Amino acid sequence: MKRLLILSTALCVPGLAANAQSLTVMSWGGAYETSQVEAYNKPFAAMKGITVNMVAADNPATPIKAQVEANNVTVDVADVEYADAIRLCDEGLLEPIDAAVLPPAPDGTPAAEDFLPGAVTECAVSTIVFSTIYAYDTTKFPQGPATMADFFDLEKFPGKRGMRKGAKANLEMALMADGVPADQVYEVLATQDGIDRAFAMLDKIKAETIWWEAGAQPPQLLADGEVAMTTAYNGRIFAAQVAEGKPFQIVWDGQVYEYDLFVIPKGAPNKDLALEYITFSTDTQRLADQAKWIAYGPARKSSGSLVGLYQDGKTEMGPHMPTSAENLTNALASSYEFWVDRDTELNERFNAWLLR
Amino acid sequence: MQAAPQAGLTTNDGQPLKAALALATARARRKAFLLVAPLLLFIVVTFILPIGQMLSRSVSNTQFYDNMPAVVAWFEANSGVAPDEAAFAALAADLAAAQAARTAGAIGTRINFDLPGTRSLFTSTARGAAGLEAPFREALLAENADWGRADLWAAMRSAARPLTGAFYQAAVDRKLSAEGNYEAAPPDQAIYLKLFLRTFMLSAAITLICMIIGFPVAHLLATLPLRQANLLMILVLLPFWTSLLVRTTAWIVLLQGQGVVNSTLVALGVLTDDGRLALINNQTGTIIAMTHILLPFMILPLYSVMKTIPPSYARAARSLGATSWTTFRRIYLPQCVPGIGAGGILVFILAVGYYITPALVGGASGTLISNQIAFHMQSSLNWSLAAALASMLLGSVLLLYWVYDRIVGIDNMKLG
Amino acid sequence: MKLPVYATPLERAWAWAYRVICVAIFTFLIAPILIVIPLSFNAEPYFTFTEAMLTLDPAGYSMRWYDNLLTFGMQAPDAMRDRSWWADVWNNATWVRAAKNSLIVGFFATILATVLGTVAALGLARSEMPYRKAVMAILISPMIVPIIITATGLFFFYSNPCSVMGPLAPQDGCGRLTSTYLGVVLAHATLGIPFVIITVTATLMGFDRSLLRASASLGAGPVRTFFKVQLPLITPGVVSGALFAFVTSFDEVVVVLFIGSHEQQTIPRQMWNGIREQISPSILAVATILVVVSIALLATVELLRRRSERLRGLSPG
Repeated sequence: MKRLLILSTALCVPGLAANAQSLTVMSWGGAYETSQVEAYNKPFAAMKGITVNMVAADNPATPIKAQVEANNVTVDVADVEYADAIRLCDEGLLEPIDAAVLPPAPDGTPAAEDFLPGAVTECAVSTIVFSTIYAYDTTKFPQGPATMADFFDLEKFPGKRGMRKGAKANLEMALMADGVPADQVYEVLATQDGIDRAFAMLDKIKAETIWWEAGAQPPQLLADGEVAMTTAYNGRIFAAQVAEGKPFQIVWDGQVYEYDLFVIPKGAPNKDLALEYITFSTDTQRLADQAKWIAYGPARKSSGSLVGLYQDGKTEMGPHMPTSAENLTNALASSYEFWVDRDTELNERFNAWLLR
Repeated sequence: MQAAPQAGLTTNDGQPLKAALALATARARRKAFLLVAPLLLFIVVTFILPIGQMLSRSVSNTQFYDNMPAVVAWFEANSGVAPDEAAFAALAADLAAAQAARTAGAIGTRINFDLPGTRSLFTSTARGAAGLEAPFREALLAENADWGRADLWAAMRSAARPLTGAFYQAAVDRKLSAEGNYEAAPPDQAIYLKLFLRTFMLSAAITLICMIIGFPVAHLLATLPLRQANLLMILVLLPFWTSLLVRTTAWIVLLQGQGVVNSTLVALGVLTDDGRLALINNQTGTIIAMTHILLPFMILPLYSVMKTIPPSYARAARSLGATSWTTFRRIYLPQCVPGIGAGGILVFILAVGYYITPALVGGASGTLISNQIAFHMQSSLNWSLAAALASMLLGSVLLLYWVYDRIVGIDNMKLG
Repeated sequence: MKLPVYATPLERAWAWAYRVICVAIFTFLIAPILIVIPLSFNAEPYFTFTEAMLTLDPAGYSMRWYDNLLTFGMQAPDAMRDRSWWADVWNNATWVRAAKNSLIVGFFATILATVLGTVAALGLARSEMPYRKAVMAILISPMIVPIIITATGLFFFYSNPCSVMGPLAPQDGCGRLTSTYLGVVLAHATLGIPFVIITVTATLMGFDRSLLRASASLGAGPVRTFFKVQLPLITPGVVSGALFAFVTSFDEVVVVLFIGSHEQQTIPRQMWNGIREQISPSILAVATILVVVSIALLATVELLRRRSERLRGLSPG
């Protein structure tokens, strides 16, 4: 017992803590992480004279939840999807963020009006609009697929498929491929028949599908020839297309777009600094800067006009954005109301289906 | 000094020899134990207790119990009764409190585990629960008719006990029915028994392949002259000493669609460019990579047994007229059995618990139970179910460990 | 493998087939490890042998992936390669930091495992040791328990270490061990201990206990006897146990993933991230370095084993 006590006293002393102050941001890795490092972290670190660490996760929402529940929070800021931001906030796992601290647009428009509708919530501030699309290798399909239905058509377009290992976006895409118009997808998916219908569609390609988890995997799978086409986050494919010159083509038909948001986990080690980081990163100029590095739309209206060329200085970003008009002809806005409630259940069903 | 003859032998200082010996033995035993004690304490505190503590989560059932005190009290007072107005009043009060404490999500998650799709029922009703007024039954049913469901109340009753076997029921694919009993889950939701079965089948296949290809190598090493055998032994030991991740990486490089194996076969004209083999992200990948990684664990024990088999037995059998096949089957093989057993159980134990390699090369069809435990730990965050699955896995491994100890003896384990 | 003179033609054919089979199996064992070495010098970012590589054209080979190991994560990778550039490598390059972490964690875990393990092995090797089998089974168990179970158990324990004290635990806990170097070191020591126990007890089996009595009869105390007589003789076993413990720590990824944070990013953890996300040839460069390290370690252990056998008179040497 004495030994135990000595041991536990020794543990009270914090581990080898980093001596300089530092902020830890958890994001999604790969090209998206690079864009955040370039647009937010480097200027913020230079301004404050601190270091900003970047940590990658497949989906930061799950490690955040685990960290808060295990009383082991090491992350100050996390980048999560909309439904997760709402749900984590509901469960009391996030610090509330006072929207009043967000800076106004350069022309004086208050932040509350400058952000796109719904982009700021009780515990989260949006940075970008991203989209789940599918992309293919043009060397494999010179006469490429054009619709969501083509992705599920193994006869017309044979070859392996890649999809994210999870229910979200996959079920919507399956229903759109099955002929459900974008504006009715969630209505159909709310019924048991609709869910069965989506899974029946996924059944068609299940045997030929490789499931990815990290956002950086699909461009790699395409580049390695492991898959002929794959769902992916549009910015990752853009990065591979433009920065690495890969022969990839995005199919915008049936894209599912949504916000990505910054949150502060409850009990974050550097809470105040985290809030400063978020206000700094989500101002008009910073959001516009990020679009120089990756094809995600900024969440502020005032940033839109500042978005110009990719960092290579010649690629026009406009046509690559999920929110540009020609890409929105058959697009679906992901419904957070739906996923906040159904995420656990549908993912359970998805996993059972996967292991079958 | 007078020794009493009836007292038997004594030591120099007059003690009975028996007692002195017993004292000396006890001292020696104490000394030996004291040497081991620090490590034993270390292992118990940093390993045995944490695992025990983790496994206790598999029966812990506190999310509902801690946060819904009024409903829990009603269940305790009224067993086997359909919910009345008092039950609904307790529910409304608890939900209002849960909203204030932000625990509605946790409560809903617990019930959602037994009854998928009910999580939102709790979170949405909790939001307006403070404004509910009597009669609560009507008020809650007006809010959402699902509150009248019998299976919901059965699930709440089962969640209202601080200890539960529900996670073990789930781990063997049994679900709560509307009547409050556990019954076999519908086939499209039954996954864990199948996954356990897959884990054991794949491990058995890997063990068998290791035996088949480990045998000739071990035999060669045991029969070659020592100097050559030592040289070849390095080829067995090098993989053993090489990082697991390096070997897994190597197999990814070799087996993927555009990898070395497929490209070589295409270049040789064995395969067409469109007909590349799917060797990775499936069971094939898991079997190949794990066989490679575990093979040394088969070869080494087999080798140490074969070394002790005198070659003269085989010569004697031949001289008595046995064919080489009969000699092998009747004389040599039976003497190798201890080695085959030792290597086989060791490989099987290690394979059953494998995580890294299946996660990287197994795809959806080649992952094992460990990967599912990690999934519940890291993604679905159903820690109790993860603990239940883990304790079942641990149980089977410990059983094998016991068998290994009986057959081989833990002290006879050798490395390199 | 000389065939007896009475071997039939069928047996001769089988002997040849047997050799071919053995060569194939040895190839299966060793080729995957060796294949990463040439591929890590590939000038192209592919995992196959390019035309240029097969024709041994120098243009097909390059050191770029090794260079990438140094520059990845640096603040100013394109600066002049002077003193400050190397300082930048030392402080910021991701792989260099991972290597430092791996060595620090491995060093302390090895010390802890070797000291505790050797002392315990001395006790276990005595015939008087009570409950020997049961104790041995407990001490070896970290090697047998599936790593994922160990990792989850340690995750909960290290999040709130004094919870094992039950009702005696302080109300608000006593700090945490997750995301600390100490936590990773303790966990790795636990995993390395079975290897130390196994190798050191095996060495002690061949140890002649009468030497201890001889030493005692000449007036040496037990401590002096241990350091002057016993330790020098079992040193080869202790060192190979320590090397096993070090390799266990150096190669461990699951526990670090569960209880470490980015601060404790070790080489395996960095590799795991790299393999899951994008397996660039940089991973192969790391793999090549690790293969060279393991060859060196293996050679050391082999030399030690032979020395130990010679000391104990077991091998003609």
